[in-house]
Amino acid sequence: MKKAVIDEKNCVACGCCARVCPRNAIIIHRGVTAKVEHSVCISCGMCVRSCPASLIKMEETV
Amino acid sequence: MKKVKKWYDYLWILTPVYLALGFFNILFAWLGLVAFFTPLLISIFGGGKAYCNKYCARGQLFQLLGTKFKLSRNKPCPKWLYSKGFRYGFLTFFMIMFIQMLYNTYLVFGGASDLKQVVTLLWTFKLPWNFAYTTEVSPWIAQFSFGFYSVMMTSTILGLITMFLFKPRTWCVYCPMGTMTQGICKLKYRNKDI
Ligand code: SF4
Ligand code: SF4
Ligand code: SF4
Repeated sequence: MKKAVIDEKNCVACGCCARVCPRNAIIIHRGVTAKVEHSVCISCGMCVRSCPASLIKMEETV
Repeated sequence: MKKVKKWYDYLWILTPVYLALGFFNILFAWLGLVAFFTPLLISIFGGGKAYCNKYCARGQLFQLLGTKFKLSRNKPCPKWLYSKGFRYGFLTFFMIMFIQMLYNTYLVFGGASDLKQVVTLLWTFKLPWNFAYTTEVSPWIAQFSFGFYSVMMTSTILGLITMFLFKPRTWCVYCPMGTMTQGICKLKYRNKDI
């Protein structure tokens, strides 16, 4: 199943993605970058649309 | 699945209130210092980017205007906008202009120059603003008000433009406060596993 994957190197840690995630699957880790908990992500794509830097993609994860 | 709103989800109202107060009495501009020190203190004392993530009125306002009011084209921003070079470059430029504003305040304080009752937008356009100078105070206190209000207006205008062109909260990509707080966190946790 495809899950939200974040380009953590470029993330500005604004928190837009965490704000919209209906499952609260995203946290802003130490104010440095967003991280997704894949076991909770339901692949809704809300975060992808919200990211002002377009750094989130839906990708196949193992 | 709608998320339950928290009390801090309504803080966006503070942005229009702040800007409006500046039309009545410029001295209210001093209140903006809260939005300058709070995010820095939070990240210095280990709260990460909680300010951006939860409380920032401006981020919320752009989100609201861009989504509910559909004032955003919702297009991806150009890549350079979130590059380190541009973000830190813009922060540097912003700080230089900020220090210049403080220096102008100092000149007025020392009597070396006179109070200028103008609001300067985008570091260029000067608007006469004497109508909002209604309470007589020490000239430097007023000078700082005009200067700080100019900074707030300028950043709001830039934010509105990029909100319209790209995503609602595109301002947050290059916001100097956001860059500074993330920078502080990066320094603070540089030896930790991120
Ligand atoms: S895809 Fe949906 S559930 Fe998964 S992290 Fe993004 S917003 Fe949350
Ligand atoms: S919305 Fe984008 S830039 Fe902002 S925290 Fe999430 S991934 Fe990072
Ligand atoms: S990046 Fe700037 S405007 Fe955006 S939430 Fe943080 S402080 Fe507010």
